[in-house]
Amino acid sequence: MDRRNTRTPLAHAAGLGPCRTGVEDWWAQRVSAIALIPLTLWFAASIIAHIRSDHAAFVNWLKSPASAILMILLLIALFHHTALGLKVVIEDYTRAGAKFATLILMRLSCFAVAVVGIIATLRIVFRG
Amino acid sequence: MKPNLPPKHPRPLSPNIQHYRPQVTSVLSIVNRGTGVILSAFAVGLVIWLNAGASGPEAYAIVQHVIASRAGQIVLFGCTFAFFLHLTGGIRHLVWDTVHGFELRSIYASGWAVVVASAALTVAAWVASVFIEG
Repeated sequence: MDRRNTRTPLAHAAGLGPCRTGVEDWWAQRVSAIALIPLTLWFAASIIAHIRSDHAAFVNWLKSPASAILMILLLIALFHHTALGLKVVIEDYTRAGAKFATLILMRLSCFAVAVVGIIATLRIVFRG
Repeated sequence: MKPNLPPKHPRPLSPNIQHYRPQVTSVLSIVNRGTGVILSAFAVGLVIWLNAGASGPEAYAIVQHVIASRAGQIVLFGCTFAFFLHLTGGIRHLVWDTVHGFELRSIYASGWAVVVASAALTVAAWVASVFIEG
């Protein structure tokens, strides 16, 4: 049997898995992971290059369109990936009572912190 | 029959963390999760750093001072190692997603490659930063 496909021909034809909507998060985690490979490497290289930068040099670096775009893309991919990863961890290790409260708090926090980061980047870009 | 006596050969229980012999495969599996959770905290740190930069030179100087302190440098070194472990471990997972590298030999080979590569990349990043700092 083809090891790439363990589903029965009927299930394959019907287009139904064990549940119909389970794969989106799994897929989004892979897509954000692929985005994060170049974005985090760019960020690590930039940090190393600006290891002793003062505030003016830091602002100059982040003000350039390329840096600002990459930083905002990094924040979006990073917090999307973080939310998906923490969701699985919370689902696995938290008991039913606390699970939903923790999941909601985590998801809202990831949104909020990402927005705070993006706004901070834009504030630097549009600094006087 | 003496039912209260403990059995001579107790039945083995399911893998118990205290007795389970760690293997590179099982250790890296939980390390990928652990580093992911740790890196979430550093993602918040990144946003704090950006906000300090947006607030002005004083706030930025305070954050830079914390990072440059001995404790800050130790934490940042740990963050670098966690980042490269999660990055290389994640790439290993992406290769698995293409249904490659599941043979026992290649699973162990890629596992040790993750350990060696993340250690080497961490050292390389810090050597580069010391070199640039001058």
